[in-house]
Amino acid sequence: MNIRLKVWRQKNARAAGQFVEYDAPDIPRECSFLEMLDIVNERLTEKGEEPIAFDHDCREGICGSCNLSIDGLAHGPETGITTCQLYMRSFGEGDTILIEPFRARAFPLVKDLIVDRSAFDRVIQAGGYISAHTGAAPDGNATPIGKPNADSAMEAAACIGCGACVAACPNASPMLFVGAKVSHLGLLPQGGPERTRRVLGMVRQMDAEGFGNCSNHYECEAVCPAEIPATVITRLNREFAAASFKESVA
Amino acid sequence: MNDTLDAHIPAGPIAQKWERHQFESKLINPANRRKFDIIIVGSGLAGASAAATLGEQGYKVKCFCYQDSPRRAHSIAAQGGINAAKNYQNDGDSVFRLFYDTVKGGDFRSREANVYRLAQVSTAIIDQCVAQGVPFAREYGGMLSNRSFGGAQVSRTFYARGQTGQQLLLGAYQALERQIAAGTVEMFPRTEMLDLVVVDGHAKGIIVRDLITGELSAHAADTVILATGGYGNAFYLSTNAKGCNVTAAFRAHKRGAFLANPCYTQIHPTCIPVKGEYQSKLTLMSESLRNDGRVWVPKRAEDSGKDPQDIPEEARDYYLERKYPSFGNLAPRDIASRAAKEACDDGRGVGPGGRGVYLDFADAIDRLGAHKISERYGNLFDMYEEITSESAYRQPMRIYPAVHYTMGGLWVDYNLMSNLPGLHVMGEANFSDHGANRLGASALMQGLADGYFVIPNTIGNYLATQVGGKVTAASPEFARTMAEVRERTAKLLGIQGRRTVDSFHRELGLLLWDKCGMARHETGLKQALAKLPEIREQFWSDVRVPGEGAELNQSLEKAGRVADFLEFGELMCQDALDRDESCGGHFREEHQTEDGEAVRNDEDYAYVAAWEHAGVGQPAVLHKEHLEFEDVKLATRSYK
Repeated sequence: MNIRLKVWRQKNARAAGQFVEYDAPDIPRECSFLEMLDIVNERLTEKGEEPIAFDHDCREGICGSCNLSIDGLAHGPETGITTCQLYMRSFGEGDTILIEPFRARAFPLVKDLIVDRSAFDRVIQAGGYISAHTGAAPDGNATPIGKPNADSAMEAAACIGCGACVAACPNASPMLFVGAKVSHLGLLPQGGPERTRRVLGMVRQMDAEGFGNCSNHYECEAVCPAEIPATVITRLNREFAAASFKESVA
Repeated sequence: MNDTLDAHIPAGPIAQKWERHQFESKLINPANRRKFDIIIVGSGLAGASAAATLGEQGYKVKCFCYQDSPRRAHSIAAQGGINAAKNYQNDGDSVFRLFYDTVKGGDFRSREANVYRLAQVSTAIIDQCVAQGVPFAREYGGMLSNRSFGGAQVSRTFYARGQTGQQLLLGAYQALERQIAAGTVEMFPRTEMLDLVVVDGHAKGIIVRDLITGELSAHAADTVILATGGYGNAFYLSTNAKGCNVTAAFRAHKRGAFLANPCYTQIHPTCIPVKGEYQSKLTLMSESLRNDGRVWVPKRAEDSGKDPQDIPEEARDYYLERKYPSFGNLAPRDIASRAAKEACDDGRGVGPGGRGVYLDFADAIDRLGAHKISERYGNLFDMYEEITSESAYRQPMRIYPAVHYTMGGLWVDYNLMSNLPGLHVMGEANFSDHGANRLGASALMQGLADGYFVIPNTIGNYLATQVGGKVTAASPEFARTMAEVRERTAKLLGIQGRRTVDSFHRELGLLLWDKCGMARHETGLKQALAKLPEIREQFWSDVRVPGEGAELNQSLEKAGRVADFLEFGELMCQDALDRDESCGGHFREEHQTEDGEAVRNDEDYAYVAAWEHAGVGQPAVLHKEHLEFEDVKLATRSYK
């Protein structure tokens, strides 16, 4: 198939960026979106031009590295998948495809389509864990965890930390990401002792990083490749309210 | 040559070696630990778990990874599960049985003492992960659930949907982030190790490149731990992430560390077949699918083009069930892969190009209902459909073997220390536990065993000998090594030839797959060894690396990695040629039974081949560690 790309090119964080158009003829319909970009990059390299920089690694939808906004949608037009799981059969002959980085103040641009998502790591550092030092654990079956709770915890834990929720949100809110971790750990008995500290720490770090808050657009849920339900945000709000109250009376 | 490497295996009965070794190991008292700097390269299961644990213990840790966050290391992609000898199912499992299965599964080419220790600590891993909040699958009563995996007749695999690697890695990552917040671990993401610094014969630091600015920097420490994964991407097409590479391990090798058994590559039987030349990677379908899926091809070659629905039951060859009735579809990976290749070589392969076999769920769906199958494998079925646009609920999956895991790696002793003092190696990057073939759900077990429980207990043995002997990055060896790295980078950028890095990588991959892949023979290996120096020379005279060194430059990153793969490929072929027997993933066509089973030669090859670097283009020098089998009887592996 023959397509046309409009790609955001920017040499580094300080330089000005702009859209550059590329013709991409003879792209196999069966190839993935990132394989299409590989082909374009091989051609650019052969012509002596700099290839388009983009993040990617596992190419099977689990590492969370790839993060392209395609025709204005985080991870492109299909639902429940990452950019690397998108295939060219989702596009038509002659289409012009707009490719941009995930844009948010808390995700500063590094180069071309690559952004810095280290804010997510700092949010985890602020409480997204259970303090269980190695060697201190009781038997794995010592505390039974009912299947419904274990399943719900797993559903929330499936988050891959790609940042699509932030990119899709008009407020650049990461509350689906934060809610997923707060839900995953809060639904398990092991996560109980640090519940209050965790939610306060993570939410405050999220604010400090310059992310926005949720105002119920549900765009995050629509683009999430791990299909994390927006109910994790409800849980996050509830836990945050309870924790704030506890803190204020303590 | 022919000296026996000393693995420093503790004396005594196998079941007591580890406990005895822990007692006899040197300790560093808690107040002194902060005086020791430890470098860890890699943040997968082994690297992240070690960084977190050593940080908790009070050491000063620096951890490096090339990804933008430690959470993205490729351990995250492991699907199926993690083994542990819990015997929660009361089906006859024990530490000894897990040990036995692993030694046998590895075709008697692993070190007994290491494997026994692995089986011993396996149970503590599950407890640790549960305590961290890893959401393993549970039964309605709240107890942990298990599934079966290849090469075992008990149910000992713990899992979190088809995302076990992800959940275990996130557990280790969260523990690591906790230590970063506590200030015990300093994290360097988007930073790649480009060389090892050796001072007075000891590994004392690394040279790294900041992948955003291109700046090189030197880091000194009391010990360096590599947890940098395997070398499967030497084949270009593999199930590894695109960034996986051999550079850290190979740089260490060039600085004196022996590389062991590089010819042991695991070809995973259940991957989505190759579709076209544009393909950038292969996707694994978890081995757990073989619990309910039945593998078959048509009995007659002329049926292979037909719609599978039109091939009646009696015209199908369920070849794994036929050849290995007691293990059936759960035969170990090397055996299942070779059987698929054999069927396709026989003209009975299915799908485009005839390189595929069916994995059929129709019987399981009839028996259990589509709902149950979806609950077990839903995400895998979805993944298959995204890639192939076919539904495995309605028609059988098409699968074919692909490079997945590498059992070989840097040689280590019982303490996980290389022959190069001060260099420790963990996880897939070392060679020690899986022999010539790894069983399913054992990689996660080994990565976490090494990081959570082994290295934190053995590292004191080296550190205690280094008290007061602080090396800093001001030592001249650092500046010298940095200058070599700078020169190499400038050389790659300066060639300005005509061919892209990827074109060389593809050429290397095809050659290795063809001559040193699922089956190898002397003639082919010699052809590869003649061809590889040519490709290497062309690379160094005709590669084109656009851009500059002092910026984010993905072409330059790839070029450095491919340059190392080109040299590494030669070592792989040399090892495969030298090992004149068939064992596990190393199948020499000259050594097989009439019905195509591997024939081992224990008399001459029951050793670990540890290779010493002797210069680029020069044959490496062989050192042997002879393997003693005292607790598992050497026997022909049978899964019939």
